Amino acid sequence: MSTIFQRKNVIIAVILFAIAFPYLTDNTYYIHIMSLAFIWTIAVYGLNLLAGYTGYLSLAHAGFFAIGAYSIGLLTVKAGLNYWLAFILAILITSFLGLLIGLISLRTKEHFFAIYTLCVGYVIYLVIDKWDSLTGGVRGLIGIPAPANIGPISFQTPVSLYYLILFFMLLAVLVAYRIVNSLTGRTYIAIRNSEELALTMGIDTGKNKLVVFVISTAFAGVAGALYASFIRFIGPEVAYTTVVFDLLTFLLVGGIGTLTGPIVGTLLIVWISQQLQFLQDYRMLIFGPVLTLLVIFYPRGLVGGFYAWKMKREHKRAMKANSAKSSDSAIGAKDQVKEG
Amino acid sequence: MKLKIMMLLSRLIWEGAQLLKLENLTVNYGSFTAIQNVNIEVAKGEIVVLLGANGAGKSTIFKTISGLIKPAEGDILFNGSSIKKTSADRIVKSGIVQCPEGRHLFGGMTVYENLNMGAYVHRGKREEIKKSLNHVYDLFPILKDKADDPAGSLSGGQQQMLAIGRALMSKPKLMMLDEPSVGLAPLIVEQMFDVIQQINREGTTILLAEQNANAALRISNKGYVFESGSIVVEGTSKELFSNDEVRKAYIGA
Repeated sequence: MSTIFQRKNVIIAVILFAIAFPYLTDNTYYIHIMSLAFIWTIAVYGLNLLAGYTGYLSLAHAGFFAIGAYSIGLLTVKAGLNYWLAFILAILITSFLGLLIGLISLRTKEHFFAIYTLCVGYVIYLVIDKWDSLTGGVRGLIGIPAPANIGPISFQTPVSLYYLILFFMLLAVLVAYRIVNSLTGRTYIAIRNSEELALTMGIDTGKNKLVVFVISTAFAGVAGALYASFIRFIGPEVAYTTVVFDLLTFLLVGGIGTLTGPIVGTLLIVWISQQLQFLQDYRMLIFGPVLTLLVIFYPRGLVGGFYAWKMKREHKRAMKANSAKSSDSAIGAKDQVKEG
Repeated sequence: MKLKIMMLLSRLIWEGAQLLKLENLTVNYGSFTAIQNVNIEVAKGEIVVLLGANGAGKSTIFKTISGLIKPAEGDILFNGSSIKKTSADRIVKSGIVQCPEGRHLFGGMTVYENLNMGAYVHRGKREEIKKSLNHVYDLFPILKDKADDPAGSLSGGQQQMLAIGRALMSKPKLMMLDEPSVGLAPLIVEQMFDVIQQINREGTTILLAEQNANAALRISNKGYVFESGSIVVEGTSKELFSNDEVRKAYIGA
């Protein structure tokens, strides 16, 4: 049993399920929901690198998501650029703005950083909402093209688009995995543990924080660009504060500072909220208490809680094995004394 | 003429042997003066001890040398150059490392990962890091046995060993140890001081902040006694050991 549930096998099974998913259902709505959940997952992985691993809770993440979405929208609709060129430029624009905002916001720490970035996110929303001539204001931006063909591969059908989004989501997970399991990732964890201690290790904390901030915004940029070409229409509400709190909820439920938390949390919440659609806004009456209970009992989310439970179990087993060993040796010693 | 040359030569030799010099150092926390007009000299190869009660300013001195706090007045010279305005990470690169009080470890990381973080300034130099790691494992064999264990699961003594080992991984010229004996059993303290002496014999200069004057003065060359942010007594360890005030306040005899 234990070999079946080894981490590697679970990952392969999940990927295979994700690949087979469009063939398991005829309902294109489900494929739509799954694609959307994968897009959010990419953004949540970015947020996790910054908030979960480095300890800097950015509440401007929806703003960067919107910058990615509007960049690709404007570059394709208004500037008429080639889709993939616009896609790359959208990520670069988001990252560059992330760099500028990071330079200023990272001068603050902890809750001041969260409050500052919350304000930044709101300013981005206001700019999009009020700059009518560029963004279309409340009317939004219509007619964003679907991803252009890559050679013979077309992305016009929901299933092909699903696979493109799945590809980017897996890429995001892989990049996050590589970062977290490298010295760079440990550097971020060191900063989260204690910035002062990290400095005494010779870590240039300022530079590292800026780099992870930019990486995090790049993730949001990719997600935003995919969202725009998936929904084909965007309005200023993509930058609204509620979106960042949605992302944060996904992260908290899944497990902040864990590698699988973002995907678990996002898929779970997106699917549950779809199933509870019939309750309309009253579903928040269920979500609110469930989230509160989760934060009380599993402050590191479902994945964090699972790891804690697993460690506890292993610790208990080790203790049992140790006590069995020591009682064996005590019996052995007694026997020796008797024989002596 | 000969005398002048001799004097110049001896000055050059003296300055060459000097590793760290604090000149009229004053440090403020807002309007509160934590360190006032402190002068300290540490020669290459020495063990220098800073004695004083809690809040006397020992840790502030370390944080200031490490670049975590910037001094209000005075200067810090390391190998003859001022490091007063140097950033904390560059100070580690130049060869000063601090082993902070309370053994602050990265609790979520394993023993090996903690040690690896200590070698951050040498990242990419695999062979060099491997050599340093083996050196640390030679000094503290228990760390090798527990390499894959979370640092948070170690006992107090083992955590102190890890903190010292991690500091050593940066291959420092000057190692600052802030109260390494605090909260440890007497036997472990003895072992710890033996290791500190060994590290010193291998060429690392040590600046030690301690309340355990008895043990610290036995292994050090000279010391400074702090009270309310100022030096009240200084001298060789022998002199301090026989100083009545020091004996009364710190040795209890």
